[in-house]
Amino acid sequence: MNKNDLGKHISQQFNTELEDVRNRVLTMGGLVEQQLTDAIKALVERDKELSESVIQNDYKVNEMEVSIDEECTQIIARRQPAASDLRLVMAVIKTITDLERIGDEAERFAKMTMQHSNEQAASSHFGSVEAMAELVRQMLHGALDAFARMDVDAASKVWLEDKKIDKQYESITRELITYMMEDPRSIPWALDVLWAARALERIGDRSANICEYVIYFVKGKDVRHTTSEQIKREASQEN
Amino acid sequence: MTDTTLTHAINMDAIDRSDEINQLADENIRIETNGLNLFYGEKQALDDISIVIPQNRVSAFIGPSGCGKSTLLRCFNRMNDLVDGVRIEGDVLLEGENIYDKSVNIANLRRRIGMVFQKPNPFPKSIYENVAYGLRLQGVNSRRVLDEAVERALKGAALWDEVKDRLHENALGMSGGQQQRLVIARAIAIEPEVLLLDEPASALDPISTLKIEELINELKDRYTIIIVTHNMQQAARVSDYTAFMYMGKMIEFSDTKTLFTNPAMKQTEDYITGRYG
Repeated sequence: MNKNDLGKHISQQFNTELEDVRNRVLTMGGLVEQQLTDAIKALVERDKELSESVIQNDYKVNEMEVSIDEECTQIIARRQPAASDLRLVMAVIKTITDLERIGDEAERFAKMTMQHSNEQAASSHFGSVEAMAELVRQMLHGALDAFARMDVDAASKVWLEDKKIDKQYESITRELITYMMEDPRSIPWALDVLWAARALERIGDRSANICEYVIYFVKGKDVRHTTSEQIKREASQEN
Repeated sequence: MTDTTLTHAINMDAIDRSDEINQLADENIRIETNGLNLFYGEKQALDDISIVIPQNRVSAFIGPSGCGKSTLLRCFNRMNDLVDGVRIEGDVLLEGENIYDKSVNIANLRRRIGMVFQKPNPFPKSIYENVAYGLRLQGVNSRRVLDEAVERALKGAALWDEVKDRLHENALGMSGGQQQRLVIARAIAIEPEVLLLDEPASALDPISTLKIEELINELKDRYTIIIVTHNMQQAARVSDYTAFMYMGKMIEFSDTKTLFTNPAMKQTEDYITGRYG
């Protein structure tokens, strides 16, 4: 299966529909990535207005999810896609669900960081979150890039990045626990910092899911709930 | 899920569904062909076909017009013998015995391997006599035996409730879908081992088609079924195994789940997704 070979159907209309749905996922991905980038930028620059606009714009992501879902339903009902076409539609449906949730997490991240942007104590801790946020942003970007090119190698590499993010999340959690134990007055802001880190960690997981759908589409193998060894093996196998 | 600790906590047996997929290697084999070639005069219609047909399963043959799927189906009960200038090489084994052996009684072979065609072809007789016909040929004359066999066959073909009050009316007065089920009843009345269905629903409306498909699913408990169909969705719905043929060659034969979601061959992929190769 040539992975970018959506065309070549006898039905030109079907080619157009599949191309269109894929392009719209990429557009949605771009929008979600922008939301996350803005949410992070708002934190770094202590820009409350930007945080507000991230929160305001989440509805756009939601609308795209609903409309792409509808388009996929139409394709299934009218075309009864098979083989790689079917896997593409399945991968799209799952990807947009994860993208929508990534959008929600970006919104949550914006909310959490906005509340404490002026507090000195919280502010110093958002430093480590910022580093994690940059990793997560790169991971989402990589996952969307792998989806755009339907590149299994890239997808499996990005998938592995999630381990690093999980480690960072653990270390931030430990750090915050120490603070909370030392000074209970830190609990309100520490919890919010924790929520922000948690939102980032979830974005990492969901980006990893998108990588799994790329592997599913190209290889026809469902690699969810498997080990990293299996994913590496799938990626290295010739189709 | 990317958290490895959680992955290990999940009982992998509970989600491992690989055993649900039929494995051809685990099946009992009813029919087998080895290096089967068939020529209509100069033209080769089947090219080195080696395939096994599992017992009590539905196997579907799909492929574009002229790919040889109907020709292959007809090899299984020697219908091709009736065609002038046909030449067949290789073996077709039914229960391990070559059906092209000189000692084979063709009438007996066709009793064991029944066939239903695209267009329903009931005899211009009553519904009852259509179903009883094969048994009468075999010399069964007892009214009681015939009554029982006709009822059983009509029930088996999911037709009994619709026709039980008009068994002696002419079969040509039935609808197309009913006629096709009648022909299936006629085929199963003599209790064959294998049922060959050549486009059995392509002349029927969607509801009659669904009834035939439902019937196929019920019949596979008792018979080995091979169906040729142009309708890929139909093959996907009714069959356990699917064979894709192209220009006389067997391109891919595998369990239906795999063939329609992740076919091994590009030619299969192109065909079932409606691409030109």
